[in-house]
Order: sequence, then structure tokens, then C-alpha cells
Amino acid sequence: MPKKKSSGQTVSAEFPKAPTGIQGLDDITAGGLPKGRTTLVCGGPGCGKTLFGMEFLVRGALHMGEPGVMLAFEETAEELTQNVRSLGFDLNQLIKDNKLILDTIPIEATEFEESGEYDLEGLFVRLGDSIDSIGAKRIVLDTIEVLFGGLSNQGIIRSELRRLFHWLKNRNMTSIVTGERGEGSLTRQGLEEYVSDCVILLDHRVNEQMSTRRLRVIKYRGSLHGTNEFPFLIGQQGLSVLPITSLKIEHNISEEKVSTGVPQLDEMFGGKGVYRGSTVLVTGGVGTGKTSLVSHFAEAACRGEHVLYFAFEESSPQIIRNMKSIGLNLGKWVNKGLLHIESSRPSLFGLESHLVNFYNAVNTHHPKLVIMDPINDFLSIGSTREIKALFLRMVDFLKSRQITLICTGLISHVDSAQETEVGVSSLADTWIHLSNLEFDGEHRRQLYILKSRGMAHSHQVRQYTMSHQGIHLDEISGRHASNHLHGL
Amino acid sequence: MSARGPSTARRAAPVVKDSGVCLRLYVTGATSLSLRAMANIKSICRDYLHDLNPDLQIVDLYRNPASARANQIFAAPTLIKEFPLPSCRIIGDLSKKDRVLHSLGLAPPPLPSKG
Repeated sequence: MPKKKSSGQTVSAEFPKAPTGIQGLDDITAGGLPKGRTTLVCGGPGCGKTLFGMEFLVRGALHMGEPGVMLAFEETAEELTQNVRSLGFDLNQLIKDNKLILDTIPIEATEFEESGEYDLEGLFVRLGDSIDSIGAKRIVLDTIEVLFGGLSNQGIIRSELRRLFHWLKNRNMTSIVTGERGEGSLTRQGLEEYVSDCVILLDHRVNEQMSTRRLRVIKYRGSLHGTNEFPFLIGQQGLSVLPITSLKIEHNISEEKVSTGVPQLDEMFGGKGVYRGSTVLVTGGVGTGKTSLVSHFAEAACRGEHVLYFAFEESSPQIIRNMKSIGLNLGKWVNKGLLHIESSRPSLFGLESHLVNFYNAVNTHHPKLVIMDPINDFLSIGSTREIKALFLRMVDFLKSRQITLICTGLISHVDSAQETEVGVSSLADTWIHLSNLEFDGEHRRQLYILKSRGMAHSHQVRQYTMSHQGIHLDEISGRHASNHLHGL
Repeated sequence: MSARGPSTARRAAPVVKDSGVCLRLYVTGATSLSLRAMANIKSICRDYLHDLNPDLQIVDLYRNPASARANQIFAAPTLIKEFPLPSCRIIGDLSKKDRVLHSLGLAPPPLPSKG
């Protein structure tokens, strides 16, 4: 991969940018595509170039007050409209509202003869007319390279393309040109020579039968940008690019606390529970009541806040039924629209899909508390590094929004935790461990706090019971009764 | 054919017989390409299409920008033979007369050596 970097990268001069509205992309590019300039989006067939362009136009027209023109050389207007309808984009409405023009030049389907010299001024007139008629600020040319196949005089096309890109710049259009990926070069026809401001590469590959799409900003003149490959998905709401994490760790920190839903457990944390926006890991062996404990968290939060519950082993009705047995009426909160339970199997999708579903669900429901129960199945669908990166992203994403995250994990003994589990647990601010103890002819449940960053917490191992009134921590007797809080 | 008849008749003087071929040449202002194309099509009309009473109209895209999209124009000049069907289009300054004549259905395909 040719790693061309414009030498004079200046950080100081703020570059005007046009937000794409594509999730995550504006984070990577620190604001969007270069405003009034041309961006090349290249990649192989089916990598999402057209969709990228369409979303750029639709979001611009809908949310940024910038009408757009789509000039398509390969697809018909009907096809384009159909293709994005599933993402909830109603192109016909946009066209009716004079916010979008779909123009198609089916060069390969048009029969014509060449006789003598010509130029592409007709195309310029056509574009100019479209731009003027709706006051367009954005334009997408998809895929302009088709011209090379349709016309015989390559020299004319090259000089006209060069002129076209100048023309677009002079008209101050924020433009996207898409190009098919070539052998050994970014695009088949070397479009990257003409577009010098910003180049984005889309990639679609299949690894172990799992397909992942990736996006990389190869070049962005005059602006800082993330140079990594970022996974992206084409989801129900369009493209989502997943920035791995913000480079710095600087989240707003809350002093506020949220209840665990178990009063005695709140006391173990000094009275009110855990910090808002922190990450809580609840581990324990089989049947120790992990789901019950997190349901307490959920129940407590639902008294006024939205809760998003990702269930990876049980279905929503099953959780609701089971929790009824310990006196927690989760169904009530579901009906009120405060509790959203999303059930799915982790192994069904790749890690990236999960991340996107996760982002989308959070953005849709705006929860204050997110529960993931349990995270074990995740640990089997990727390498340690990948999973840690996945959780890092999730944790970062939630922290930046001051959303509390509760994860459960199946671990019989803390000492026997696997490498991955340790990796994930290091991201947790608070770790609560539950265990079963066979003792004196019965089994007892006990709970203790392994760690809780930044707050005084009890170091005691407490016995607890589960009844139809929920989880209850037994009273402590004897010499431990007083002074059971230790600070960190 | 019958659909076109009355409209052409209305436009032209009644004594003139119906046009046998309808040509539209789309140009962009008075560039040298435009001028050459106009001269070439006029001479073709005069020399080869005289008997057909050609209906030739020259459309300046600068004055009629909307017609570029309406007629699927991207290159200039573009000649469109709208009638008789099938319609056909030729891009370029029409300097290769053999090709133009062939496309218009007036000559056999040009030999490669000539082309």
C-alpha cells in the first residue's frame, strides 16, 4: 500500500468540514469530509461505496440543510431508491422536497457512435443545472470510471475529469467520487491522481467465514485523522463506523451513585451503590444468582430511567418469568417502555456486528443502565485481543455517555479465571463475586466485592439468600459488625 | 409516423412535404467543436438527406441546460436522430462522415482502413 502522506500537515489551520452524518466516521475524521472539496471513496465490488455516497447525501439533505446531487453511472434511479429504502431513506420524498436530485447516465446501456472529437461539456452543463436547480452543496459521482469503458478516447476523459474536479472545487461542492479498486492501485483508472484532498478505502473481506467490512482514511490533506482500519457495518440505519476508542481516557466522571437494588449491598459500597457510568462485573459459579442480582440493578434503575438488557442465554419472557419467582416484576417495566430486553446468541454474529447492534440499541433507547448477561459466550468468538478491544470500545462508548454497565460472567473461582476473563475484568471498575459454599449439610451463597475503584467498600464476605422477596444479605454478627468499611 | 405528421405540418409551410428525418444536434455554445459539428451536419443534410427534407434543430445546451438531463446528454457535441426509428446518437464533431452516414442508416459500415 503506497503510504503517501502530504508532507505539510498543519494542525493549526482549522479545516472546514462537512459532517457526513455517518455514525463514527465524523469521529475518525474529526468532523467530516473536507468541505468544498472532493473525496475519493474506493473499494472492491460490493464494499458499500454507493451506499456511503447515498448516506452522505441523504444525511446532508435531512440534517445539515445541504441538498445533494447523485450522478450514477451504473445504477438506475429505481435501483438506487430501492436499495436504500431498507435503511429508511425515502429518496422520492427528498426529491419531491427539492433536497435531492438523482441523475443517472447509463453509459453502458446507451448505444452511441463516436465520430470525431468531443468533450464532456454536456456533463458539466447537466451537473451545473442540477446543482443550481436545488442549490446543492453536495455531490456524488458513482462510479465515474465507467466513462473509461464507455468512451474510446481515454485522453479526453482524463483531461475532462481533471477539469471536472477543478470545476467542482470552484463551485465549492463537497464531493464524493467513487472508484473501483484496481490491481496494485487504489482505483482502476488512477483516480487518486486527480483527487488529492481525501481518500477513503473501503474493504470487505471474509475471515473464517465471518465477513467484516473495514474502512480506512488513507489520506486527508490538512487534517489529522485516524489512520487505522476501522470496522464498519451496513446496518438497519445505514453505515456505522466503529472507532476503536478515543485515544485519550477522559470521560466525565460522576460522583453520583446508582443503587444496586439490594439495600444491604448498597451499604457495602458505603450506602448508595456504585458510581454512575462505572463498569460493574458480576461473576460467580452456576446458579449463584448472577441474573437475579443484575435484575435487581435493573429493577432499581427502572424507577425512572431506561434500562437496556442484553440477554445472551435467555429469552425475554424467560427472564421475566424467572425473576417473578424472586419478586421482581420486570414485565411491568417492559410494558412501561423503560426496560428493553434484547435477546440474541453471541455466536450468531461476528464481534463487529455485535458492536454495531450494541451501539444502535443504545442510541435508540438512550438507557442509563446497560446489562450484558452473560459475557462468557463472547469470549469464544474471537481472540483475547479482539475481545478485549470489543469490550474496551463498549466500555468507552458507555462511559462517554455516563451510562452504567453491568456484565455478568460465569467464573467458579476468581483464581481460575481465564486470560480473557482477566482481560475483561481489568476494564471493570467494580467487581462483585458470588459463590456457593457447601457447609454443614447445606449450601450457602456468599458474596464479596473484589474491587471497587475510587470508593470505600466492604471487604467482607457476606452470606445472602434468595427468596420471593429477592436477594437479601444476611446481617453480620459479632466483631465484624462495626467498622466494616475499608477505603481504597 | 402519423403522430408526427400534423405537428411537423403545423410548424412548416403547408406546401412543404413531411420531413423524412428528424435530427437534433446538441452543442455547447460557439466552441470550435460546436462550429465544426454544425458545419458537418449541415453539409451531410445538404449532400445526403436532401430528398428526405431533414428537420434539423440545433440546441445550445448553455441556453437549455435542462435539456441535457432530459435527453441523456453527457458529451458535446451530440447528434440524436429521433426519427425515423430506431433513434440513434452520435457524439463528436461529426468529422468522420462515413460513420455518421452509417449510423444514420445511409451507408454501409465504414471499412476499418477508412475509419
